[in-house]
Amino acid sequence: MRFNKNSNVYILIYIVALVLVTGAALAFTSVSLKERQNENVAVDKMRQILASIRIAPADNEVTAVFDSIITSQFIVNASGEQVAGEAFDVDVAAQVSLPADERELPVYVATLPGGITKYILPAYGSGLWGPIWGYVSLNEDRATIYGAYFAHQGETPGLGAEITKPQFTDQFENKRLVQDNRFTPVSVLKKGQKPEPGCDFVDAVSGGTITSRGVAAMLDNSLAPYTKFLTQSDN
Amino acid sequence: MADNISYKDILFNPFSKDNPVVVQVLGICSVLAVTAKLEPAIVMGLSVIAVLAFSNVIISFMRNTIPNAIRIIVQLVVVAGLVIIVSELLKAYAYNVSLQLSVYISLIITNCILMGRLEAFAMGNRPWPAFLDGVGNGIGYAIILAIVAFFRELFGSGTLFGYQVVPDALYEAGYVNNGLMILPPMALILVACIIWVQRSYNKSLQEK
Repeated sequence: MRFNKNSNVYILIYIVALVLVTGAALAFTSVSLKERQNENVAVDKMRQILASIRIAPADNEVTAVFDSIITSQFIVNASGEQVAGEAFDVDVAAQVSLPADERELPVYVATLPGGITKYILPAYGSGLWGPIWGYVSLNEDRATIYGAYFAHQGETPGLGAEITKPQFTDQFENKRLVQDNRFTPVSVLKKGQKPEPGCDFVDAVSGGTITSRGVAAMLDNSLAPYTKFLTQSDN
Repeated sequence: MADNISYKDILFNPFSKDNPVVVQVLGICSVLAVTAKLEPAIVMGLSVIAVLAFSNVIISFMRNTIPNAIRIIVQLVVVAGLVIIVSELLKAYAYNVSLQLSVYISLIITNCILMGRLEAFAMGNRPWPAFLDGVGNGIGYAIILAIVAFFRELFGSGTLFGYQVVPDALYEAGYVNNGLMILPPMALILVACIIWVQRSYNKSLQEK
């Protein structure tokens, strides 16, 4: 006997079976690939952190290089005191929306060949189309910037997306984040604009006004809570 | 059914004479979105070939059991499932590319070429021709994507696959990258140029 393909019972059974099979296939794919994906995400994060101190390891050496260069990582609070936890596991995106004195602030300490210490701080904000984030590394004085790395999810290629290029990020070298124990955000300005008195500035990206403003706002919002940590004499 | 056309025609017609993008003008949205650079465009093309071929085969196997009233839903479930699997695989094995393509892989689900081929071909043909049809149309789509991305990356960024090809000497002589190339409207203009060139060579495509 042939089924009536257009009966309600047939349709119901058919669609339920189809969805169950598809769901099982997807669940299987997700579970079996999860470990590899998480690994990729972690390696990508390490690569980004290293990029802020201008170290670009080969794809298969990221973890090894990260472990040898990043000598310690810890979390501080807005008062500059260390708190418990793994810096690497902190969700910076969630932290930046909290009030400054409730945030967990990750710090990565890198020891470059030759024993030079750099401090790496994460930042997270929004550009024109979506989130932007990055890592800023500071020299041993914890006041001047050594390097910066920025990334974005969907800024316009050729315009806002240029914030990832060395032409933009290299400008941050030697800009002062702390002057006279005061936090002085680095402004991102168009040609002809004047920075706030006492603040250092870099040139914005042509055609990427809103993304550039986003970078400035991100640096201000994400890094200002570190002021206590950056200005205390020792920790 | 379609027994009067050969397997060869099923596979090769979509490359040019029956191209899904420039003749049927389907899937234009993703052509605009992912062709600013060559590498994501090619990965997108490969993903569409894979999804289209497999969904065509699966739907073709199921074609005699699918209740007519819910056939679009069944097609969508199959396509969506396959797209998610491709997206997960990319995240696991080609992480950097998956970052570049971000949301557009998921948007393959809404690519009109897929629904078009499933409805027009897979629902009425045996699995092997359906597979060829999927591969053919996928390649037809990927070719256009690659051509558009080639010109957009070359003139918009001066690079190909991320490597600089426009010599520094040319920049010093005053050459600048064309910023318009990087913006979506230029993809439409390029697709229109391809359509123009193709129709002037292929008279049978010209509307009377």
